[in-house]
Amino acid sequence: MASTKSTSPAQSRLWDLAPYPVILADEAGTVAELNDAAGHLLKGAAPGANLLDVAPAWLAQAHQEAILRTRLAAQGTRKPPVLASVSGRIAAYSFEAHPTVTQDGSVVWWLIDDTDRRLAEEALATERERTTFLAEASNVLLASLNTDRCMATTAQLAAEYLADVAIVITPVSNGKLPVARAVAGQEADRALVVADPSDLPGLGEALQGFPPVPSRWIDPAALPAWVIPQGFGSTIGSVVVTPLPGHGVPAGALILLRGTERAQFNENEEVFARLFAARAGAALSAARLYSEQSAITQTLMRDLLPPSLQRVEGVEIAGGYRPAGEAERVGGDFYDVHPGSSGQDPSLVILGDVCGKGLEAAVLTGKIRNTLQALLPMADDHQRMLRLLNGALLTSHHTRFATLVLASVRRSENEVRLRLTSAGHPYPLVVRRDGSVEEVHTHGSLIGVLPAIEAHSAETVLRPGDTCLLYTDGFTEARGGPLGDELFGEERLRQALSGCADMPAGAVVDRIQMLASQWLRDGPHDDMALLAISAPHTNHLSAVDGTTRGRYTA
Amino acid sequence: MNTTTSTETRRDLLWAAVTSRDEHRAADLVLAALDEGLDAETALMDLIAPVQARVGSEWAVNRLSVAQEHAASAITERIIAALAHHPAARVPPTLGRVTVACVDQEWHSLPARLLAEVLTLRGWQVDFLGAQVPTPHLIAHLHNIGADAVALSSSVPTRLPTAHAAITACQAIGVPVLVGGAAFGPGGRYARLLGADAWAPDARAAAHRLAEGIPAPSLATGRQQIDDLPHLADQEYTLVARNRAQLVREVLTRIEDRLPAMAAYTAQQRERTAEDIAHIVDFLTVALYTDDSGLFTTFITWTADILTARDVPARSLHPALEILADELKDFPRSTLLLGQARSALELAPSTTGTPPGVHV
Repeated sequence: MASTKSTSPAQSRLWDLAPYPVILADEAGTVAELNDAAGHLLKGAAPGANLLDVAPAWLAQAHQEAILRTRLAAQGTRKPPVLASVSGRIAAYSFEAHPTVTQDGSVVWWLIDDTDRRLAEEALATERERTTFLAEASNVLLASLNTDRCMATTAQLAAEYLADVAIVITPVSNGKLPVARAVAGQEADRALVVADPSDLPGLGEALQGFPPVPSRWIDPAALPAWVIPQGFGSTIGSVVVTPLPGHGVPAGALILLRGTERAQFNENEEVFARLFAARAGAALSAARLYSEQSAITQTLMRDLLPPSLQRVEGVEIAGGYRPAGEAERVGGDFYDVHPGSSGQDPSLVILGDVCGKGLEAAVLTGKIRNTLQALLPMADDHQRMLRLLNGALLTSHHTRFATLVLASVRRSENEVRLRLTSAGHPYPLVVRRDGSVEEVHTHGSLIGVLPAIEAHSAETVLRPGDTCLLYTDGFTEARGGPLGDELFGEERLRQALSGCADMPAGAVVDRIQMLASQWLRDGPHDDMALLAISAPHTNHLSAVDGTTRGRYTA
Repeated sequence: MNTTTSTETRRDLLWAAVTSRDEHRAADLVLAALDEGLDAETALMDLIAPVQARVGSEWAVNRLSVAQEHAASAITERIIAALAHHPAARVPPTLGRVTVACVDQEWHSLPARLLAEVLTLRGWQVDFLGAQVPTPHLIAHLHNIGADAVALSSSVPTRLPTAHAAITACQAIGVPVLVGGAAFGPGGRYARLLGADAWAPDARAAAHRLAEGIPAPSLATGRQQIDDLPHLADQEYTLVARNRAQLVREVLTRIEDRLPAMAAYTAQQRERTAEDIAHIVDFLTVALYTDDSGLFTTFITWTADILTARDVPARSLHPALEILADELKDFPRSTLLLGQARSALELAPSTTGTPPGVHV
């Protein structure tokens, strides 16, 4: 530690050479000496002046404390204390002041300018905070493809970090403006507002995405009442409207409000708000695109989905379908049930399999189902139906072919009479009440390959407790089992079916599907469709709904 | 009070109707009870649910055939549907929107169905997706309709990894998940382990939990599946699960040397044996996934009981575990699990625990 008995001219000169302001003051705070740099920095500082008059308060106070601690240490005959440095502002600059104690109890203050570092640190902290916020915002915004949720999240995040209140408005749908409003610290509320976007300066352009506009300051008085959420009590001091840029299409607008007690948005904050808006806009337009696409898909797919089945004319019919792709809902297998036009007419049950899987195959199943529906007036003549269907498929541009089974189903007393015709499809199986399993020997050519086809029908009768099972080869060709690579095969299917004796049709479908699914575990598989027709026990007439007609679409 | 006695009587009558496959009588019984003023939730929870539970337990002890069990469940399903149309069950939705579903490959939809009805009665708008919902379908549904919460049901512990995938997928899009069902273990211990936002032992408790409000998972931190189960980093689960078929084959081949009686097995008997071995491997795999030895030892001792009940000597389990231990000797956690199971088998040759929901 530097120690001086008295200050000499030589020392003064050394201090003058120091790259920092240096100032020496005694116990009373009187400046004993200072170098030129200190003289320039502290106006009026000269030997004899008091620190209280010439130095900023933080330095004068630190001097008093340093003197006090030095004195206390001297009384206790302890070593002179190590004094902590302090920092504060002098004019527009920021300084760190390092004290050293001289032997006579005066204190030398070495002042180091850290303005640039301080600024850099502040900028870094702000930048870090923003990066964290943007990263969190991205995590949150990218999580949902639901537009409502996305709007609410955007409003909530913006209210929390950028303003006191945030409002997200997306382009008009059905004549209304979808709006999400959030007050900082509260849940966002959502509403559909009937309002003209041009009520709010800048909103119309932001919602159109054209012409390209920067964020726009507007007069708080120009805010229409519907913009302000109910939970916000204070007066609005500043308002900025920022467009939410989407993926090439406008995603909406973000309105930020601040109360009068908070500072207005500065340029830097506005730039940051735009960065946030870019992310929010991308997330919102992704959500919009997703919901539009999914609405289109749902509409187009409605007729391709397997119908939900009920009891038809006193016959229990149940179906089950598992498409090949886990994420898909449709595939190349299909079934349909068309109730007879009167109680005496048989119902027509169809189950089939188009070569191939996925959406393309599903589109063809739709065509086949429509064609067969149009041919219903001749439903009693299976051969003719198949011939006409074959002709229709041959002339279409599809190169795929199909196999299917037609079944005319008629209840007679407590029995169910079936006439089955297969077109290149696996034999239908019948499980009797005692557990025995029979094949129904109908056979015919597949559809959509040759100009001429033939098909031979077969008949069978179901007594109460019997079930007829139509299935596609996705079941028999399911690979899995305990050893991983065995085919489920016809024998296992027959055994499984034998265990379903005397079950209602729905339970048969559930059980076969469950066994096949346990066989497959998570392995890949083809489309799997099955349909069970059973003769109910006589005390078993539906208590719920025995009269449902027609085809249902889920 | 006389309502409780009559609920009990009704329960017995319903049991008789359901097991004799008299859907008409069963539905009349429940609808008449509603007409007489029985509250719809009580009908579901204190009349239908106990009868269905009894169907399950009677089937487990072989007093009901598979066919009877299926027929009974089908009837229960239809009665619930009929009940939903009764004027007593018409409640306008005033609370939020909840999606109720079974995890993929979960075929027992009745518990979830009961929950869906109870929630509807309490004023929720419920989307019931039914049995075995593939996770992509569940997520697509949530993106489309934006539910306040998802209730997931699973009964078989071997599906816990699938359930975990479904839970984290829902949470990843900001929807909190409530789980229930036997798969989640006593007191819902696996629900906590897998990071579910809530667990409930039955439909009423689930409704209560949802009414309290389940906070949405925080998305800001970007939590990942592995964060719940850091032990998966050792890859043991992955390797054992991937080699399942090979392990089963290996054990099957080697066990024949130990048990000469197997030479006379029919193809079907051999397949049953292979299935039993596959089951052991499945439970071992899930125990590795959850890092929970109780799960595996409970399964092994329970299997021993079942085998004894079927007059199959439980000693066939020992060689299977031994061969597995030998095959997996390089895997420390598997070795530990198999060792614990073997000592449990020796110490407690017969315990009567709750069956871990397995169909042997």
